Amino acid sequence: MVEMVNRPYASAFEKFAAGNPDILCLSADLTSSCEIDGFRDRHPDQFVSLGMAEQNMMSFAGGLGLAGFRPFIHTFGVFMYRRPYDQLMASIAYPRRKVRLMGFLPGVTTPGGMTHQSIEDISVMRSIPNMTILETGDATEVESICEAADTIDGPVWCRVLRGSVPRLFDTPIRVGEMRELADGDDILVVTSGICTEEALRARSALKKAGLSIRHLHLHTIKPFDHGALLDHIGSVRHGVITLENHVTEGGVGSLVAETMADAGVGKRLVRLGLRDTYAHGGSRAYLMRYYGLDALALVRGIEDLVGQSFGIGEDDLDAARVDAVHSLVKAEAL
Amino acid sequence: MRNERSSEDVALGIRRRVFEHAMRNNGGYLSQACSAGEQLAWLYNEELNLGPPTLPPIPEPFGGVPSAGNPGYHTGAGYNGPAEPGYDRLFIAPAHYALVAYATLIEVGRMAPEGLDMFNKDGSSVEMIGAEHSPGMEVHNGTLGIGLSTAAGLAWGRTRKGEPGRTWVFMSDGEVQEGQTWEAVQACAHHGIDNLYAIMDVNAQQCDGAMDSVMEVGDIRQKFLTFGAACVEIDGHDLGAMRDAVREPHEGRPLIILAHTSPFHTMSILQERFPRLHYVRFKSEDERARMNASIAADLGVEPINYTH
Repeated sequence: MVEMVNRPYASAFEKFAAGNPDILCLSADLTSSCEIDGFRDRHPDQFVSLGMAEQNMMSFAGGLGLAGFRPFIHTFGVFMYRRPYDQLMASIAYPRRKVRLMGFLPGVTTPGGMTHQSIEDISVMRSIPNMTILETGDATEVESICEAADTIDGPVWCRVLRGSVPRLFDTPIRVGEMRELADGDDILVVTSGICTEEALRARSALKKAGLSIRHLHLHTIKPFDHGALLDHIGSVRHGVITLENHVTEGGVGSLVAETMADAGVGKRLVRLGLRDTYAHGGSRAYLMRYYGLDALALVRGIEDLVGQSFGIGEDDLDAARVDAVHSLVKAEAL
Repeated sequence: MRNERSSEDVALGIRRRVFEHAMRNNGGYLSQACSAGEQLAWLYNEELNLGPPTLPPIPEPFGGVPSAGNPGYHTGAGYNGPAEPGYDRLFIAPAHYALVAYATLIEVGRMAPEGLDMFNKDGSSVEMIGAEHSPGMEVHNGTLGIGLSTAAGLAWGRTRKGEPGRTWVFMSDGEVQEGQTWEAVQACAHHGIDNLYAIMDVNAQQCDGAMDSVMEVGDIRQKFLTFGAACVEIDGHDLGAMRDAVREPHEGRPLIILAHTSPFHTMSILQERFPRLHYVRFKSEDERARMNASIAADLGVEPINYTH
């Protein structure tokens, strides 16, 4: 049974930031929802409340960066790029301010529906010059993302998991690298964020079906080591499949597609994720099933890739964790 | 470098340079020189505490945008002197005033006159809409309404670091139509930011024409007061009024000076173009010649020979 860690960001951020006068904790009225309420209470001098006013917050953070601070902005990811995109560009990304954008509720990890689900943020961030993009897929990555982000000489977009988070890895994020979770030679599976856990659920069933899977987990989406990915692609027989908690346009699937096209790789690629659609409000498990982001969707994608059905059903997959929508580890059900 | 000339003289010099430039280039941001001449002259010639320039008098060509691969990148802030704790900082929030700001740098000896010849030329850093790397600029403000927020963040940070230098913003009244301006004032009030100063050119003009015809903004001073700033209204062509206004007590709040101005002050013939004054491009050779003669007389110079 996988170890679950409660509120890993809360303790990790406090451990990392407390007492460092150059680091400021910015919040936009979602302090407990982003697990920084304890930090606010214990380190008020490093906490700057900017209210429900994200446009000002982004430019204000740019000004703090100009003054030599390294602000960590905390709010739901959607609120940091949709409304204040202009400010993100002009005040943070262009001048390469060392602003760390801690975006909570990536993709369908919230029942909050369209207004709360950042489903196209990676696509947006990948197209912004000077931006670095990190995504957490387990508790260890959440625990190490502050330190990883703060090594970057420029702005960093982080997809952060909160609440009860499984521990899948035992080594911290090393920016620019990728995790090789399996080294098979039939299919290359590339996942990120919460989709990595889904791919792990399918691992034993795929093995039983006789498939040799090579599995990569991406915590660094930009910058990206294209050469390493191409080496992995060259090591598999059939092709590549990507699974991401994001639209299939502009995210990890596109990143892999571009890498393959640029190098003239003639293998098949199946991209799984939200397919040119918004999601709606519901539990994570329900949304991942409904939109084809879960382990079963990955199995079906692999069947498509190899042109063969393996007869794998839900019962053959490792048990899914079911997160309680209402839980003490979340400030509200969002 | 301060007070070698009167600010009235600097303001006149700014207008003469912008006028000459507009005549030679068949148009330009003439009305901004009319409205803002005294404000920029006062800031640079009297009020701002700036160190000597750190960048060459003749601006370097465009040196690339900020990127990891451009380690030599720098902004144009060096024309305002070094970013040292005791010195003031200035953002030109409406970057469309760049031509007027560049003319000011020349008049106060911070940039060579050759700098204005590079205005809006390909490969030049002296850009039409002031960029971060343009002389006198430190941040991008071409997208209107973000300047005050950035300055608020810088001002908060400088206070935290114990820096005595002030952060100043030159603003335009059109920016009060942007919600972000009010978010910024609200944040300043909440955090007690009082080392932040703004002087706003209230010329009642915007790109589409007179502000009242585009989007009425009501009583700007009352709005600033309600949102938590200290705010003083003055005649923006009265240098004495500026000197008084900056002494307004504003503990725990930023000070906003609303400088009411005329968009054709000292260039009366521009009234013919009212209410489309944002960018004056001459409609005919006849208009160009008439404006040349009229404005030259207003400014006490010979008409510009723009034929070669």
